[in-house]
Amino acid sequence: MKLTDIIDTLSLTVVAGDAEREAEGVYAGDFLSRAMSHICADDLWITIMNNVNVIAVASLTDAAAVLLAENVALAPDAVEAAKAKDVTVLSSDKSVYELCAALSRIDGLS
Amino acid sequence: MADNVVFHFDVDGEDFSSAGGASVTVKKKLRQLGISQEYIRRVAIAMYEGEINMVIHANGGTADVIVSDEEIKIVLADTGPGIPDVSLAMQEGFSTARDNIRSLGFGAGMGLPNMKKYTDTMEIETELGRGTTITMTVKIA
Repeated sequence: MKLTDIIDTLSLTVVAGDAEREAEGVYAGDFLSRAMSHICADDLWITIMNNVNVIAVASLTDAAAVLLAENVALAPDAVEAAKAKDVTVLSSDKSVYELCAALSRIDGLS
Repeated sequence: MADNVVFHFDVDGEDFSSAGGASVTVKKKLRQLGISQEYIRRVAIAMYEGEINMVIHANGGTADVIVSDEEIKIVLADTGPGIPDVSLAMQEGFSTARDNIRSLGFGAGMGLPNMKKYTDTMEIETELGRGTTITMTVKIA
């Protein structure tokens, strides 16, 4: 499913990157090692972590995008890293639970 | 490929802003070499965990990646404090990371277990006060 459709449906903000990518699934979690081993390629990764290491993990796992919950702002150096590594970052004022619940109602995500 | 391809990196200690840089670079290089996505993913995860461990615990070190026709070998070497109890360190959830490290999202106690999980072989040579060398391979044949 196109990220642009998810962005429209959930009223997300694009913080960095290209929203034309497709997302196949969803992962939610904040510990980077856990995320590293569980995010599948093309997953939308929901987290409240906002530091530059999040961008490295998203890049290494080929996540479709990072989705920052609860209006968490991406750290300035992480914004630069996201642009440099072509990592898409989205944000929302909703909680992780609310985002997961909303995404579970969208067809085409696993 | 006829000859082995070798990549060498110096990993800065305590520099979390660039931590993972070597892993990201290796991932790109392996892609250019035509290595399949699944092998790249395993190498990237194992190497990233090792790189982060060197930054958190050992004030940095070196990372060497050797690509042959049969395998991708990753050698991570540091001159840090060494690992007092390797079997304990290998347990999922065990961590000695400080609170400031945990606040960055690290310290889940998954580093070494992930490195073992995503590679075919892993050897740890460690000496207290002298350092640690971890050698991992991912078979690609």
